[in-house]
Amino acid sequence: MKTYLAQRLGIAALTLFGMSVVIFVLLRIAPGDIVDILFSTGGYVNPSERAAIEKELGLDKPIWLQYVDWLRNIATGDLGKSYRYDLPAWEIIKPLFPVTLELAILSMIVAVVLGVPTGVISAVRQDTTLDYILRVLSLAGLAMPSFWLGMVIILALVAWIGWIPPMTYVPARENFKLHFIQFALPALAVGYRSSALIMRITRSALLEVMREDYIRTARAKGQGERTVIWRHALKNAILPVVTVIGIEFAFLIGGLIVTETVFNLPGVARFLVQAIAWRDYPIVQTLVMFTAAIVIFSNLAVDMLYGVLDPRVRYGGG
Amino acid sequence: MAAVSGARTATPAPAAAVRRPARPSAAAVLLRFCRRKPLGAVGGFIMLVIVFTAIFANVLQTQDPIATNAADTLARPSAAHWLGTDHLGRDIYSRILHGARVSLLVGLGSTAVASLLGGVIGLLSGYVGGKTDLVVQRIMDILQGLPLLVLALVMSAALGPSIPNVILAISIPIMPRAARVIRASVLSIREFQYVEAARALGVRHLRIAFRHILPNTIGPFIVLATAQLGSAILVEATLSFLGLGVPEPYPSWGRMLSVSAAEYAQKAPWLVLFPGIAISLAVFGSNLLGDALRDTLDPRLRGA
Repeated sequence: MKTYLAQRLGIAALTLFGMSVVIFVLLRIAPGDIVDILFSTGGYVNPSERAAIEKELGLDKPIWLQYVDWLRNIATGDLGKSYRYDLPAWEIIKPLFPVTLELAILSMIVAVVLGVPTGVISAVRQDTTLDYILRVLSLAGLAMPSFWLGMVIILALVAWIGWIPPMTYVPARENFKLHFIQFALPALAVGYRSSALIMRITRSALLEVMREDYIRTARAKGQGERTVIWRHALKNAILPVVTVIGIEFAFLIGGLIVTETVFNLPGVARFLVQAIAWRDYPIVQTLVMFTAAIVIFSNLAVDMLYGVLDPRVRYGGG
Repeated sequence: MAAVSGARTATPAPAAAVRRPARPSAAAVLLRFCRRKPLGAVGGFIMLVIVFTAIFANVLQTQDPIATNAADTLARPSAAHWLGTDHLGRDIYSRILHGARVSLLVGLGSTAVASLLGGVIGLLSGYVGGKTDLVVQRIMDILQGLPLLVLALVMSAALGPSIPNVILAISIPIMPRAARVIRASVLSIREFQYVEAARALGVRHLRIAFRHILPNTIGPFIVLATAQLGSAILVEATLSFLGLGVPEPYPSWGRMLSVSAAEYAQKAPWLVLFPGIAISLAVFGSNLLGDALRDTLDPRLRGA
């Protein structure tokens, strides 16, 4: 187990390192840098001023040296300075995290609450009209872009009750109810999409388990169908479901990028888009590396959870 | 897969002795597919309609999709403008028709590039094996370590907005999925006797890989490509929505929904509704078709 974990951590570190190279190079081949953008509003570029700013931001150094500097800074906990805001990257990002985390958790709750029961129902009623309806609904969830769904929810609110939550962020301390509604709507839009995946996996995993002998035994013992499904079948079907939930949680960031934009929530995901538009390399690098780390470690966590959920799974031959 | 290669390795019996069952006609295959997979048939139909609109957008349009009209902005759906007009007075219906071109072009283009690149990488990586395979797999891990949208976002920002760049920005993040699937099936095909036979005959490695192994990965390959089409279309829409995708003047469904549409959404909901329905239908259709093809061509992947 320990050697397995060490191995996995080693691979994770290697992947993160590779990612840092990819991201760094990608951002440097982008046409136009922050200096162009800063000057484009002024219209006039003074070459010596330009050189001074480039020097200050370290953009005059060769790329590989910029990369080494960046790595050295990360190692010492310094995530760099935002070009645009002239503040340490971490200071700008820190207050944005709770917003995104709250939205992610709410979305995941919506996804699980919608996805698991519908998956179970769909599997139990396999090939009935109900099964077809639920499957089409879940496929529709996969098909609708979450940003569009968010816009439609807002439009529907306007049409039906003539009210929408304020489009500027309300902290929970100020007005909890408004705050909650502000987060619940985008969480619905994002969660519906993820629920579709969870529903599909729950359904297929459960269908597979229901064919097993021990389910027949349980039924033969005279146990009620409800007990058979919820106590016996779901317990063994839950493994792939947990995987999807874990992976989805990390990948929610994709859905959050656009929904935070639509609902104007000051989260990390929305900020990433803005930072990309501004070519604010330190911010983009930091955020993308964070995302990568979250993805890699939630994958690892899911694998570790396997061993807990399913005693048959043992790592490293131990 | 096993059945296919098994048939190929069998020594050919005298032609007269074997009475082959007649190959079912294409129409019969199609009919059976429709009966067995009604949802897949629906998906196929939706995709056909979208392909049709994309091809004949010029004929079906009622207005010039990029002509602005200051006198007729945010017009309600009417006989002149079937789905209304946007804030610049452009006809939404005609723009959606032409948007199908962009969506399909980017969707199919990036799926094709991703499958080809990933296919070749997976094929070589799986066939060569050893250290090469290990290194290639780690590189694929790196590319897969980011959500599709995030990598596509950074890539399209880095490459700049143009249709070929968007295609590249979407295909690189999808590519590792293709490489994985093809590699996995190469690993099993590699061990078949007919490959061993080819090797014993002195056939060169590249020829074995491309002539003997590659054709047998076609099932998973098609399944994979159709499965990715939906996400490619969705990512294009999202990138364009964020202003990092397909540039003006091409009408793109995603950009039709972007900030300018959101601004006028309450006054003119048709600005938001119709392009979104178009995106959803396209992704819905390709997902339905992809699922059905997967179940039919590669039952092992069912539920994956």
